[in-house]
Amino acid sequence: MTTYFTKDHEWISVDGPMGTVGITDYAQEQLGDITFVELPGEGDSVSKGDSVSVVDSVKAASDVYTPVSGEVREANGALADEPELVNTKPESDGWLFKVLLSDASELEGLMDEAAYKAYVDSL
Amino acid sequence: MNAPNKSGWKPEMGEAGAGPVARTASGDAGLALEEALIFELGGTGKCGVDFDEEPGDVSPALAKFARKAPVDLPALTEPEAVRHYTRLSRQNYAIDLGPFPLGSCTMKHNPRLNEAMARLPGFADIHPLQPMDTVQGAYEVIEQLADWLCKLTGMEAVAMSPKAGAHGELCGILAIRAALEARGDAREVILVPESAHGTNPATAAFAGYRVENIPATKDGRVDLQALKDRLGPDVAGVMITNPNTCGLFERDMKAISDAVHAVGGLVYCDGANFNAIVGKVRPGDLGVDAMHINLHKTFSTPHGGGGPGSGPVVLSELLAPFAPIPFVRRDEKGRLRMVEERGAKDHLPQTFGRMTAFHGQMGMFTRALTYMLSHGVDGLRQVAEDAVLNANYVLRSLEGDLDAPFGEAGPCMHEALFSDENLPEGFSTLDIAKGLIDEGFHPMTVYFPLVVHGAMLVEPTETESKAGLDRFIASMKSLTARAKAEDESLKSAPHYAPRRRLDETRAARKPVLTYKGEGVPPGTPSLSEIGGS
Repeated sequence: MTTYFTKDHEWISVDGPMGTVGITDYAQEQLGDITFVELPGEGDSVSKGDSVSVVDSVKAASDVYTPVSGEVREANGALADEPELVNTKPESDGWLFKVLLSDASELEGLMDEAAYKAYVDSL
Repeated sequence: MNAPNKSGWKPEMGEAGAGPVARTASGDAGLALEEALIFELGGTGKCGVDFDEEPGDVSPALAKFARKAPVDLPALTEPEAVRHYTRLSRQNYAIDLGPFPLGSCTMKHNPRLNEAMARLPGFADIHPLQPMDTVQGAYEVIEQLADWLCKLTGMEAVAMSPKAGAHGELCGILAIRAALEARGDAREVILVPESAHGTNPATAAFAGYRVENIPATKDGRVDLQALKDRLGPDVAGVMITNPNTCGLFERDMKAISDAVHAVGGLVYCDGANFNAIVGKVRPGDLGVDAMHINLHKTFSTPHGGGGPGSGPVVLSELLAPFAPIPFVRRDEKGRLRMVEERGAKDHLPQTFGRMTAFHGQMGMFTRALTYMLSHGVDGLRQVAEDAVLNANYVLRSLEGDLDAPFGEAGPCMHEALFSDENLPEGFSTLDIAKGLIDEGFHPMTVYFPLVVHGAMLVEPTETESKAGLDRFIASMKSLTARAKAEDESLKSAPHYAPRRRLDETRAARKPVLTYKGEGVPPGTPSLSEIGGS
């Protein structure tokens, strides 16, 4: 399983053809307390860069862009009752959705953990 | 000692709340009044008026709908009802109590002359469905106001009916859409820069367009090159807020308009901040095709709980034929007429249709025209100058205390923008805002615009005196100094408001939106838990 990162502060963890997407610890830190997460519908067909989810915090509502194209297979239903999971465990239990990749080569343009860390440090 | 209030509190009196009893029996503390929810006040069997006896036999046709359970409304006598709302109003803050420096909202004084004119029976006691010949004076107010708006903006026509800013945006974008479709050139994309108002992308999406962002430059303005790079035959137009929401004038406005027009697109300008340039700049000269004007901001009509908004939209020659109905026109005998659907085909066959039931916010029209006539063109020009002067006074007075991200980019327009850059770890913009409540001010706009981290957007408006600004600045300096000294008490401010700091996160995550009496769900915080004192 490999995890990739985007400049918009999403992460995607890929296991075979399936990717799990969330926002990074840096992103949740910037947003502050998350109050509501709008998730994509299961079965939705999405294209890389589409705004597919919205994360509301006490400060702002922010779009989440899918780092890859494919079909949404599962949305994290636990966030309906516990949106704070995105704050407490952004890169594990606070995942947003799972997507079946249609083009694995799209991963090539994303950052690995070290590159993302360097990117965040540069901000 | 330079006491701010010679007849009021003096240091030897001690701090507020340090009286002989921790809490009075009534919950009130002198003039700091406590008040229950109305549902908790009303008993049954009381009533402010005498009703007839309940009829024994209701209409048989409706009998099956007769209510079987009591309505359970609070029952109060007239003085109880009056006191309830008056006591609640004492816990509120209003422009008539003090400065309201809410950036981007232009909370300025509402002149009492406006109110006197709006209350004249010929304006106040009329109805939109009254015969047209009986309301010629009201129509003339609309006509004159429309004329002022066109002349001040250098535009061809104005749609008077939109009810507020975002409604005006929608009107402008629908006019743009109608114009493009009329030439068989439906386009898909509206470009919105980061320095625009948040309602702009929402409006474009609501009108059926795809929204694309244009980044801001380091000095807080539209990145002209990025905009030009994105322009193409699919771009219906741009929505630019000018002056923008960083409080800066978009100096490249004419170049932006020219570039957009060159590819066949149209230019919407969000004119919410027109108060900074009224009488100085005509948006029509900058190539704007449509712009809304907030009468409730620039032209001093009340808002923010004090009254409804009003957002007329000025239109360029190109868009004028597509304006919405209804509108006022003179007929061949010189009588003013409200043109509705039936007359539209003679006067404006390409109108995109109707946005409102009637002609707009008459009460606001009367107030806005009063404001214009009482100021004159020279007075309006001074409004803009003083608004900009006041904002720059705040900017320069505080830039040594707080970080002013665009401070070096030159003067600001009507609002001063600060970031949380200079606050120590653990202290936030929110703490400064909450501290302002203890200082007796309404907080500034916080965390907006998003392009600045921990933004604090201060719009003093031209109606604050220098003495008033100095008081505000002194409070801001004191709060910033407390944060820098890591004064922990600032993190729990406000301490002197009717309620302490509220748990905004919990309110958003687990909102309780209806009063359920004793059935309030378990786990709902009590008033004391959420900071009730």
